[in-house]
Amino acid sequence: MPKRKDIKKILLIGSGPIVIGQACEFDYSGTQACKALREEGYKVVLVNSNPATIMTDPEIADATYIEPLSVEILELIIKKEKPDAILPTMGGQTALNLVVELSEAGILDKHGVELIGAKLLAIKKAEDRELFKEAMRKIGLEVPKSAAITDMKDGLEIVEHIGFPAILRPAFTLGGTGGGIAYNFEEYRELLEKGLKLSPVGQVLVEESAIGWKEYELEVMRDMKDNVVIICSIENFDAMGVHTGDSITVAPAQTLTDKEYQRMRDAAIAVIREIGVDTGGSNIQFAVNPKNGKMVVIEMNPRVSRSSALASKATGFPIAKIAAKLAVGYALDEIKNDITRETPASFEPTIDYVVTKIPRFAFEKFPEADAALTTQMKSVGEAMSIGRTFKESLQKALRSLEIGSAGLEPVEANIDAIKSKLKTPNAERIWYVAQALRQGMGVDEIYEITWIDPWFLNNMKQIVEMEKRIGSGVEELREAKEYGFSDKRIAELTGKTEAEIRKLRRELCIKPVYKLVDTCAAEFEAYTPYLYSTYEKPFYKLNNPNLPPFKVRGGEEGVIDCEANPTDKKKVIILGSGPNRIGQGIEFDYCCVHAVFALKELGYETIMINCNPETVSTDYDTADRLYFEPLTIEDVLGIIELERPEGVIVQFGGQTPLKLAVPLEKEGVKILGTSPDSIDRAEDRKRFKELLHKLDLKQPESGTAMSIEDAVGAADKIGYPVMVRPSYVLGGRAMEIVYDEASLINYMERAVKASPEHPILVDKYLEDAIEVDVDAISDGAEVVIGGVMQHIEEAGVHSGDSACSIPPYSLHPDIVDEIKRQSKALAKELNVIGLMNVQFAVKDKEVFILEVNPRASRTIPYVSKATGVSLAKLAAKTMVGKTLKELGLDKEKEIKHVAVKEAVFPFDRFPGTDVILGPEMKSTGEVMGIDENFGLAYAKAQAASKNKIPTSGRIFISVKDKDKPYTAEIAKKLLNLNFQISATRGTAKYLADNGIAVDVINKVAEGRPHIVDMIKNREVNFIMNTVTGAQAQKDSLSIRRNALQYNIPYTTTVSGANAVVGAIEMLLKKELSIKSIQEYNG
Amino acid sequence: MSKALLVLSDGTVFEGKSLGSEGETIGEVVFNTSMTGYQEILTDSSYKGQIVTMTYTQIGNYGINTEDIESGGGIKAEGFVIKEACDFPSNWRSSMSLDEYLKKSNITAIQGIDTRALTRHLRNSGAQMGIISANDLKPESLLEKVGRHSGISAYDFVKDVTTKEKYLWKEGCWKWCKVERGQGAYNIVVYDFGVKFNILRNLVEAGFNVNVAPAQTPAEEVLEMNPDGILLSNGPGDPETVTYGIENTKKLVGRKPIFGICLGHQILGLALGGRTYKLKFGHHGGNHPVKDLKTGRVEITSQNHNYCVDINSLKDKVKLTHRNLFDGSEEGMEHVELPIFSVQHHPEAGPGPNDSTHLFTRFRKMMETGKC
Repeated sequence: MPKRKDIKKILLIGSGPIVIGQACEFDYSGTQACKALREEGYKVVLVNSNPATIMTDPEIADATYIEPLSVEILELIIKKEKPDAILPTMGGQTALNLVVELSEAGILDKHGVELIGAKLLAIKKAEDRELFKEAMRKIGLEVPKSAAITDMKDGLEIVEHIGFPAILRPAFTLGGTGGGIAYNFEEYRELLEKGLKLSPVGQVLVEESAIGWKEYELEVMRDMKDNVVIICSIENFDAMGVHTGDSITVAPAQTLTDKEYQRMRDAAIAVIREIGVDTGGSNIQFAVNPKNGKMVVIEMNPRVSRSSALASKATGFPIAKIAAKLAVGYALDEIKNDITRETPASFEPTIDYVVTKIPRFAFEKFPEADAALTTQMKSVGEAMSIGRTFKESLQKALRSLEIGSAGLEPVEANIDAIKSKLKTPNAERIWYVAQALRQGMGVDEIYEITWIDPWFLNNMKQIVEMEKRIGSGVEELREAKEYGFSDKRIAELTGKTEAEIRKLRRELCIKPVYKLVDTCAAEFEAYTPYLYSTYEKPFYKLNNPNLPPFKVRGGEEGVIDCEANPTDKKKVIILGSGPNRIGQGIEFDYCCVHAVFALKELGYETIMINCNPETVSTDYDTADRLYFEPLTIEDVLGIIELERPEGVIVQFGGQTPLKLAVPLEKEGVKILGTSPDSIDRAEDRKRFKELLHKLDLKQPESGTAMSIEDAVGAADKIGYPVMVRPSYVLGGRAMEIVYDEASLINYMERAVKASPEHPILVDKYLEDAIEVDVDAISDGAEVVIGGVMQHIEEAGVHSGDSACSIPPYSLHPDIVDEIKRQSKALAKELNVIGLMNVQFAVKDKEVFILEVNPRASRTIPYVSKATGVSLAKLAAKTMVGKTLKELGLDKEKEIKHVAVKEAVFPFDRFPGTDVILGPEMKSTGEVMGIDENFGLAYAKAQAASKNKIPTSGRIFISVKDKDKPYTAEIAKKLLNLNFQISATRGTAKYLADNGIAVDVINKVAEGRPHIVDMIKNREVNFIMNTVTGAQAQKDSLSIRRNALQYNIPYTTTVSGANAVVGAIEMLLKKELSIKSIQEYNG
Repeated sequence: MSKALLVLSDGTVFEGKSLGSEGETIGEVVFNTSMTGYQEILTDSSYKGQIVTMTYTQIGNYGINTEDIESGGGIKAEGFVIKEACDFPSNWRSSMSLDEYLKKSNITAIQGIDTRALTRHLRNSGAQMGIISANDLKPESLLEKVGRHSGISAYDFVKDVTTKEKYLWKEGCWKWCKVERGQGAYNIVVYDFGVKFNILRNLVEAGFNVNVAPAQTPAEEVLEMNPDGILLSNGPGDPETVTYGIENTKKLVGRKPIFGICLGHQILGLALGGRTYKLKFGHHGGNHPVKDLKTGRVEITSQNHNYCVDINSLKDKVKLTHRNLFDGSEEGMEHVELPIFSVQHHPEAGPGPNDSTHLFTRFRKMMETGKC
């Protein structure tokens, strides 16, 4: 079928901010979809609240709205843009939920907008548990038995039918609070009782447990002619019971016979047909009982997903791109496979390697959270690796994680401790499995405890057994490399250094070769250089003088097949940012992708190295050549030695590539842009102090401590409060503000453990200072300011967690000028070539420098979207010698609008954690609000971060003493705006003393009804709550947790409260309106 | 594990480790891109005379079971080439490891070689003869042995793999497999040129009484059995060597409804007066898209053939019904007048997708209606 001509303009909905469960994969799929649709001549309108995306780049869509993803905004966009259709399957659950709301509100019908890809009914059949069960029954497939229970009596009866073990999930509790598995009636009764109480709607879902069963996923595509193909099968290392996003997963499926695989394939095809997904990709999950092969369907996502991004990267089949083309009417056989060029997309990729995906967690950021892995996803990112065998791919995946592991290092634990670590799934379990094997536990026994399939365990056993042989000879070394052992791990096992192993390998000619990801296991020629490393065996030709003599082992000659075929074009390697984590996420991938685009424009061959499957940078379409590899010195050097680029760019991918700058330079690799020495000058405390001194710039008083005594001494000298942190960390890891000696000692006891080789830094904490971020760009001679961002939250809240505004909304212009002057001086002194970020604190009109980072910062995409200047691209060009003048950037861009960035947090995933902001970064993503003034832009940013500011109703105020004076002004304004106010006794008294009468409400400890009752009854519309000190924080935690649970918007800072009041004033004055990025910056 | 060598007739040498029986074996080296189904592949009689390379790297993961076999009497492939064999199979139906199975059937195999490099080599230079040896580790000597071998093209493997006696087949598809079971029974005769059991199982599911006959059974004898239809099965080697099959088929054309699969399709093509040709490295895998030209639907198919029917050579007698979308090769035909159709791919799967199992139902409908 040819493409549809009756539709001209298509609206695509993005997935909004990065949150746990919805990360960059939707930027990858959305960007692919936009490009694919425009290639076909359709006009594309895009809406997404997340500025840190490639898809929201002005070139990607015809009209781009960085606006909150809400029904009212969407209706405004639909009214204005009049799209013919909406493609809702590219923006995750967010986009699906939104179109369901739009459809049910009658908005789609009213404006005559058609859903393409998946229709409303299909979405509902896939999402609604009951409808889904019914659909599966109709096609003869089994699903786990389940029931929704609302009272004890029913619940006790129904479990007879469901059987044990049974999974209980209280409906709508955050992070799965109160859920669990009951193995007997007593446990069941207990969990059910608790669950019914905890659920805000008094409902508990009880489900037959398939715990311990093997878990599989199939990625399926269907076209309008009803052709269906399976793109990829995935088998989970972790058995049922761990969310697939938190599981280590492997492609293709390993332990299914063809008969079992085909049964699953047939089932998947039946499912996509019955659910009625017209076109595009779906993900279907199955559980298989390892004892008898019984198979049940777990769930289906009628859209592209995290797994489909993984499947695309794992196979080379671009699911989202193809899905977009299918949505406009093409059939699979009418679309070409980009990789082979000759063959069509209507086939099933076959692979000749093993892919391992491994999740990355952030529990260290949320010490209060339960670190057990359950059916609720908790990981914040993932790494993927490719190897010829599972052993190789697993070990590459472990070092791709960048958590300081180079493989399956031993852990110190006795067998009981190991067993308890094996029993409850957790982020470190795989190392404990290896340790158990090392200590002689049998595969069967480990299986009984973990339910990890013996196939995986036996492979791990082979790795552990290899450890013992590793040092015994050349053959063993070669074999170890085939097993995926890193040089670092081999060094540890043989008592050598990593550099020594590297040298030894070079001497023995044990070098990685590179194979293609080609969708077809080499059956056809592939044209896209998408490569992975491996160690393979040589082959040779008898009596053939034409082959180059290549000593491979023991003097024999032969070749090891390497498919990289490097070109002799001028080329640059760009190092990516690895798996997403808190503090280093999509923003850096955005910068890397821009670097690629920029250098392509200048005629360079671009080479990307990265291991994050969710990203745009690892799309084989992005760079000229893609190496899907871990970002370690070993893996990166292997590629550099083969490709011999003009230089390597390390400043766009965050800390990951930056850490490699010095080691690479030592190996003689040219680092493009700002020199590693300049980076060190900015990062090394002592050198940085000298630098500021030289430029006559101020920084808060500071000291360095190697011991507790040192720290106490330094703090005494500086004066409390002080900010303490280990050196060389990103994302404010382990950073705290302490107000007294006792807290300082407590911190030192905890923190030194966190980072033993590095000293602890003690800085004066500037209370109530305004924090300002600056991004600047320099070509080594000229410096241009990219943007000055005034933070909303005071200094002390991690810059990644604060909201901020471009341009500054309350700073005096003289201060802003001074900040710019200082930034320029710093860039010049550091001889920055590329980007630089400076953090300032302004206190009592004095400007202090907090930090300088001569590299791309987290705020680059936001600044670029706000100003329309593509900073990362320009910076990449300066790094290969272009001057800013040549690039046409001679002065800072002035903007007439205001863009506010707000952070988005994963608190709802981690029961028990507090939402109070501090110096340790906790946000996973960001949104941007853009409008004509600060109030409206701030209101949009809040709405986009699901913290929608009310324009009427009741506001609850409870603040710490220090904040009370500011509160009076706020309360007065709110009353004038016709809000009602409830306050706790202390706050209310202060307000009354200042002539402002408000209602008093009990704290939780003061008896009922109290504030939490009000929250549960939804009698408050907004919460302003600030606290100081651990006890007060603990006492009021239930307020903030319940605010989260019941979706009551809140702020925990006075500066936030002020911004909210300002926003309310604006919201009441002006009707909501929208404008595209192209219009703002046009 | 002891060393083993694989030497191709062009002198390319791969060194690996011995797997299965520590012997020596010669065959045409081909590659198969299926990620699952190694047991079905090994027992598929169509691989007689061939050494099969699996492009997927981890083989043997789910072991060997008693059910997933495609022929009686063990492995039919001459040899097996893989990257890594698994000796700790994990599956509820597994009863032995791959290595044990190979040994039991006395099959010589090799592991630990770069199968991707080998596949690329075969793709570029074409399928060729090769030798695996765990006994003789002198490459020159092995090359000489391959050179001495007469090759497989002139050899009729069918007579080696066909059944000696007629028999009745009763077993249906694997219990989890859902196929529409036919109403009413038709008697058919399956010409066993090396028939895959899954063809027989699918025929049972489609509602046939399945009589299997040796490849050399005269057409007259088959007609005496008075079947409602004839199925010409898959099998190994060059169709032109199966002269008796071609002759018998000529006699059956016009007398009975006929369904041909793979070698059966080629034999039918030759019997109708057409010609066949050899592909560079054949089709062996489970992911080839085949388009049904009548409906426009694309089916993902199981493939295992080195020869093709030149349907153009049969222009007035048959029309092309299926085309392979990978290389445009001709995949299926039906007679313009008679109830006769055939396909090059394997609708019975085993291993591979079940997308084309409906062809067995079509065969039954052909008997019901007397038309294609």
